[in-house]
Parts: sequence; structure tokens; C-alpha cells
Amino acid sequence: MRRLRFHPCGNFNETYREELTIFETDFGRLSLLVGLILLFVVVPFISNAYILYIVNTIGIFAIAAIGLNLLIGYTGQISLGHGAFFGVGAYSAAILSTKAGFPFLIAVPLAGLITALVGMIFGTPSIRLKHLYLCIATLASQFILEYIFVQWEGLTGGAAGISIPAANLFGIDLGSDRNFFFVIFFCFSLMTWMAVNLTRTRYGRAFIAIRDNDQAAEGMGIPIFIYKLLAFGISSFYAGFAGALFAYYMISITPEPFGIWLSIEYIAMIIIGGLGSIPGSVFGTVFIVVLSEVLSNVTQYLMNISPSIGGAITIAPLREFVYGLAIVLFIIFEPKGLAEVWRIGRSSFRLWPFSY
Amino acid sequence: MENNLLLQINNISVVYSDVIQILKAVSMDVRKSQIVSLLGSNGAGKTTTLKAISGLLKPENGKVTEGTIDYGGHNVQNSAPETITRLGIIQVMEGRQAFKYLTVEENLRVGTATRWGKPYKKDLEMVYHYFAPLVARKSSLAGYCSGGELQMLVIGRALMAQPRLLLLDEPSLGLAPLLVKEIFEIIKRINEEQGTTLMLVEQNANMALQIAHFGYVMENGKIVLEGDAKDLRENPDVKEFYLGVAASGTIKSYKDVKAYKRRKRWL
Amino acid sequence: MEFFFQIVITGLSLGFLYALAALGFVMIFKSSSVLNFAHGGLMAIGAFLFLVLSAWARLPIWLAFLLTLIGSFSLGFIIERFFLRPLIGEALIEVIMLTLGLFYMIKGLLLFIFGGDLYSYPDFLPPVLTFHWGGIEVTGVYVATFIIGLIFLGLFGFFFKYSSQGIYMRSVADNQPAAMALGVHVRRVFALSWAIAALVAAMSGIVLGIINGINVHEVSDIGLKVFPVVILGGLDSIGGAVLGGIIIGLLETFTGGYISTGLREVIPYIALIIILLIKPYGLFGLVEIERV
Repeated sequence: MRRLRFHPCGNFNETYREELTIFETDFGRLSLLVGLILLFVVVPFISNAYILYIVNTIGIFAIAAIGLNLLIGYTGQISLGHGAFFGVGAYSAAILSTKAGFPFLIAVPLAGLITALVGMIFGTPSIRLKHLYLCIATLASQFILEYIFVQWEGLTGGAAGISIPAANLFGIDLGSDRNFFFVIFFCFSLMTWMAVNLTRTRYGRAFIAIRDNDQAAEGMGIPIFIYKLLAFGISSFYAGFAGALFAYYMISITPEPFGIWLSIEYIAMIIIGGLGSIPGSVFGTVFIVVLSEVLSNVTQYLMNISPSIGGAITIAPLREFVYGLAIVLFIIFEPKGLAEVWRIGRSSFRLWPFSY
Repeated sequence: MENNLLLQINNISVVYSDVIQILKAVSMDVRKSQIVSLLGSNGAGKTTTLKAISGLLKPENGKVTEGTIDYGGHNVQNSAPETITRLGIIQVMEGRQAFKYLTVEENLRVGTATRWGKPYKKDLEMVYHYFAPLVARKSSLAGYCSGGELQMLVIGRALMAQPRLLLLDEPSLGLAPLLVKEIFEIIKRINEEQGTTLMLVEQNANMALQIAHFGYVMENGKIVLEGDAKDLRENPDVKEFYLGVAASGTIKSYKDVKAYKRRKRWL
Repeated sequence: MEFFFQIVITGLSLGFLYALAALGFVMIFKSSSVLNFAHGGLMAIGAFLFLVLSAWARLPIWLAFLLTLIGSFSLGFIIERFFLRPLIGEALIEVIMLTLGLFYMIKGLLLFIFGGDLYSYPDFLPPVLTFHWGGIEVTGVYVATFIIGLIFLGLFGFFFKYSSQGIYMRSVADNQPAAMALGVHVRRVFALSWAIAALVAAMSGIVLGIINGINVHEVSDIGLKVFPVVILGGLDSIGGAVLGGIIIGLLETFTGGYISTGLREVIPYIALIIILLIKPYGLFGLVEIERV
């Protein structure tokens, strides 16, 4: 059965098993392998510290974005609180390591679980709420969690935040960007693999059924509330896990980065990347993080060439404007996101030169 | 003869999303103050024909690619629904699409959209006259009405627009036989008393041919039979396949069915 | 006791301000079922347009006011035409995200032009509106807010319940294809509702500016505060928007006055979650009629 083949001309699946395969051809598997080798062996050694920092940020955010895509893209439950859940993960990891003295290896997954629990608590309104009402309820959870970050000073250190001792894994110090790179991308690969497989199981199918028609899903015997909660839990677990990595990577955390802006950014990532697509979440993350870096570089550049303008009015609003514009343009012109662009590009390449 | 022609469909083809062809060279004539019924199995293209007339293809990414639809001197193919409805063509869509959150009377008032700002009290009375059960439900939300009431509501709502040509898409869908009979009687009365021209898409061929003057039978996006309703009722093929009466009264052999299929191919 | 009454008065006027902001929001929701995150942005545009016209261009107040309303009305049209119309028929989340994107575009643009400073309008309200009652002072702005709120509430209620155009708007929100089949000019309905909403948003932006002075961050944040208000009342109920506004306003001032100022910012959201758990469609929202 194992044939190294290119894409057949058309869709000839004969069994459900074939339909469920992740890679339609061995060529796909091969390219994944090459990609992984490039990622782990080449990237960390050719990049300078700045590039490595960007790549690490992408890795961390991508984990959370995948989680959000599982919730919004697959289960159809819109959440505007993902940034706060990311924050919950970061704070849990920080508190676990400073107050309780847990090591990195335990603190990170535990932070993920704690966030999953918090996410499920804030997901309970989904018993009765749908669509817009749920969307607003998650917006409320964003503000409530933010308030807790700032006000519960005994635990979170208030506005000053918490400093975290450098992570240590099996005696190896993870303080350097390169060492942390391996941790992040090992987790990233693992979490992506889990997410891709989750969407192929009965759970994933139940999520999709709930997204497409929850009443019909319930009629077919899917306990929708349990599955919705599960989706909230899994999505928050991803967010919390990423948040914990973020906390360790940043060494110190304050409530500031976990505001509504971050939640919006996550939604922007998955919209731009493509709803209901795991690779799309990664594309979107790359897009947003790179865009944000480019914008801040442009801002700095502009300030340098004409300090008079830079001094009088800040160019920081430019960032918000361009973000907004990117979201608007993507929604109007390519609502299926980068994943669709990728798919179209790939298939036109595959069919070249007979593009029909 | 030519003068009382209200709508003339000339060889139209309809394509969805630029690739899926549903109608192939369909031609039809609708005469003033007549009831024309359009029969056919599911997917034959009846609803698409209606939508081509009323301009509702556009939201579904469909287009009339060939042919013309001539309505009283206007070429209306591919016009916007706003324009077409203002010319007096109103379609009652399949599946009783009432406005669930509006009261019955508010639903009826939406029907006046084509002549916004003009008095409508008289039409309201007219609708209540035809559909008496609606009076009692006047101020309750349409979402809580029964299927029969909803069907009356959507037909009444279309009447509020004072249509010259009313397109009815499966008014009998999912209704009890007695109710179907009642609705068809009202349709007939509307046609006789108001002089409204009606185009009726139906699965219930028996009922439809009883009130119609003229009939078309569609299959696979083509017109396969046309004729006076009376003649169609007597046509052995229609009788067998749409009215459910076998010519001899016994179950026919597969051979005969095949003979019909063969005949159909010639049409 | 005086402190108590002062808080009640402040809360009520704040509530009316919220209600006014929520009205424009409900307007769009009622006609096109779009949750408009850009509402705060529209408010800010109105507020700053009025600032430019009244304080910088030194036009007479009434003219500045009129021009602002006309400008916002046209802006609503433009936004609908260029951003919302291509999306007719798309999924809910995409439309929501589009309004979010719009919001950040507007906010970025305003920040770029005006920066994060606090501006204030020239003083123009007649002093007659201010009155004293015992030791309590009610300033003219609050009275004006109250009056404007009442007028708009009445207008809107009447418009949606009785006028034909209002009924058409509701019919479009309810079942778009059916409305189209009956000849309702769907695109015109959308455009009109956005224009009216932008107009009302500008009104509330101006009122907010008179009370607190205007600052890009502050005005656009009120746009988010609108959500608890409208949800509390039920997304599609105008009376609910007003009551929701008043409840949230009072809740905020009381929490701020008696408990803590930090909690004041979050209390609307806490109340929101509790209310939603008890009444999922808000206090006066339409219960979704679902028949399969």
C-alpha cells in the first residue's frame, strides 16, 4: 500500500480510512520530515538572536492560536477571552514556580490544566448562550480576569507583576534563546500533532457537528454541553500551556500584555490564517507576529529619520491601523484566510501547466 | 391573442456559480388572469424557474445566461429583485418564510414595501377577508403560528403588494389534505376575483391541475410537456407519473416504465 | 444622604449616556443582526468632528452640531457601502471581526491625528439647565443627556414599532431572502441603518465629550461598555437598552462610591455574566424561536 506518489488527478478515496489520512501522498510526509529537520537542525543555528526571538514568539503564539482555532474554527464558539486565558497560564506558571517551587517540567503542563479549568468555568455560560450572547460573555471573562490580574496583589503581584527564575530542564539551563527554542518547538510540534489528530477523532467530528448545527448534533445524540465545555477546556489548555511557556521565556510578567488587545490579536491570527484549519493558525500567527515586528521597525525607522515628527506625534497608532486594515482586507477579499491562499497556490502549482 | 400575454420566457438557461447548469432552454408563456401550474419531480428546476423570474437567483450566485424573460415589454432577466417586485411580480417562497419575530399584521405590512408610503388599509381588509383565520392571530408573533396559518400569512403578505403576477412555490408543502384543499380554493378565488395571474409550482399535481388553466411539466431542467390543464389531466403519462393513477389500474411492468423513459428522451 | 443622592444622579445620567450609546448599536443589530464593535469608533469620530468644527473652526454651535450629524450620517453610509456590503451573507464571526478591524482602523487613525490628549469643548450649554435641589447640584449636561436620551428613545421606539420603514428593517433582520422576495430594498435598509446608527453614535460621543472631555482611548472604550448594557437589556430591545444603561450606570457609580474604584470598571461585566446565566436573552431580549 505504501507508495511514494504524487497527487492523483482527483479524489479517489475508497475507504473512510483513506479519507481521514492527514497526508494524501507520501510526498507530503516527506516534506513534513524535511520541514522538521530544517526547523530543528538548521533554523536555530543560522538565526541571530533577534530572528530567534521572533521565531520563538511565533512558536508560543501559534500554540495558543491553534487552541483558539479548535474552539472557534472547529466548534463554532466565539471567544473574546483567549488573551486572558493565555495570561492565566502565564500567571499560574509564575506562581507555581515562585510560590510553590515547582520545576519547569511540572509547572507548564499544570498551568495548562489550571487554565483549562478556568476556561471551562468561563465556558459554562455556553450551556444556554449562543452566538453573540456567548461572544459577549467571553468578553466579560476577559475583563474579569484582567481585573483579577491587577487587583489580587497577594497572588499576582499587581501591576508590578512577578519575576520567574530561569527555567531548568534536566539540568540544562533554558535561559538562552536557542535552548528555549528547542523546548518551544518540541511542544509546538507535539501540540500541533495532537490538534490535527483530535480533529479526526469522534471528538473532533462532534465539535464540527456542533459548529454546523448544534440542534441537529444534539438530535444525533451528541451531548452538546459537555462537548462545548470540552472544547473550551482544550482550547484554554492550549492557551495556558502557551502562556506558561511565555512566562518562562519572558522571565517576568505583568498584567499589561494580556489585555483585550491580545484576544483580538489571536482572533486576527486565526481569521487571517483560516478558520477551521490547523496549518492556517500557524500561518496567521507568522503573519501577525511578523507584521507587528515590521511595523515596530518601520516606526523606529521613521522616528530616526525625522525625530521632529516622531517627537510630536507617536507613530504607534500606525500599528493599530494596519492591524485593523489587514483584518478588514482579509475578511473582504479572502475570508478563508492564508490557508486557502496556500491551498490554491499549491494546487495551481501541482496542476501546472494544465491549470484546470 | 398576443395582447393578453403577461410573461414570456424565451429559451432561458440558468447557471449557478458559473458551472452548474439547472435550466436548459426553457420557454413558457403566461397569459393574463390565468393560473399556470408547473409540475415536476424534485430537482427538475421548477423553483429555479420561479427565481429566474423574480430575480432571486442573484443572492444564490445564479444567473440567466441565455434567453430573455419578457414581462409586459420589460426585459427582466437578471434584474434586481427590487426592480422586478416593483413591476408587480411577487414570489411566495417555498417553506413558509414568515418573519418569525414580527406579528402577523406587521408581516402583512412588509408586503407593502413595493409601494412604500401609500395607504394599505384596504388591502389589509382584503387579505383578512380571504384568510379569515389570520384575524384572530393579528397581533401574535408569526413564529408561534401553525403551518396552515403561516401559509395563509405568506400568501396574504404577497397579496398586500397588489401583484399582477404571483409566483407560488409549493403552497401545499407539509400541510394536511383538508388544509391544502382550503388553500387551493382560496388561490382559485383570488385568481377569479382579483384577476391576479398566478404561477403555481406544485408536487401535488392533482390539486394543481384542478385549479390551473394551463400546465407545464418539467424534468431535468427542461419542459417535457405542456398543454391545457384539462388535457394534461387526461394525458396517460401525467396520469401515471404525477397523478398516481395507472391507466389500467394495475401495477405496470417495468417494461412499460422503460417505454415512457424512452418516449421522454424524444421530448 | 446627600452623597447617596449625588451618586444616584450621577449614575442615572451616566446610565442615560450608556443608553444613548446603546441605541445606535441596537439600531444596527435590529436591522442587520450585526454586532458592531466599531461603535466606539463611530462615537469617537462624531465627538472629534464636533471638536474640530466647534472649537477649531469656531463655527456656531448649532451649525457645528448639524454638520457633525450630517457628516456621521454620510460616514455610516460609506462604511456600509465599502466594508459591510461585500460581506452580505457571510458568517457571523467574519462580520464581527470586520467591525473589530474597522474599530482599530478608526482608533489608529484618530490617535494618529489627535494623539492621546484630553480635549474639551467650548462651554455652550445654557445655564438654565443646571438646577439645585437641596444640597444636590444637577449640572446642565446631565439634564441635556436626559432630555436627548428621552427624545431619541421615543423616536426609535415609534420608528420600529409603527413606521413602515422600521418594520421593513425588522423584516430584513428576521429573514433576508423573504424580505427581498417581497421587494424590500435590502441594501437600502442596511445603508440606512448604518447611517442612523452612526448619527446616534456621534450624538452620544458629543454628549460624552461634554461630560468628560474627549480622549480617543476613553471614548472608544465606552464602545465596549455598550456590550454589557445591550446584553443586559436584550440585544434587540430599545427599552431594554435604556433600562440596561441605567442599571449599569447606577451599578458603576454605587460600586465606585461605596466599594472600590477598581471594581467599578469590572462590575458591569460581572453583572452581565450573572444575568446571562439566569436570562440568556437578557432582560427584554427576544427569545429565539427555533423550529427545526
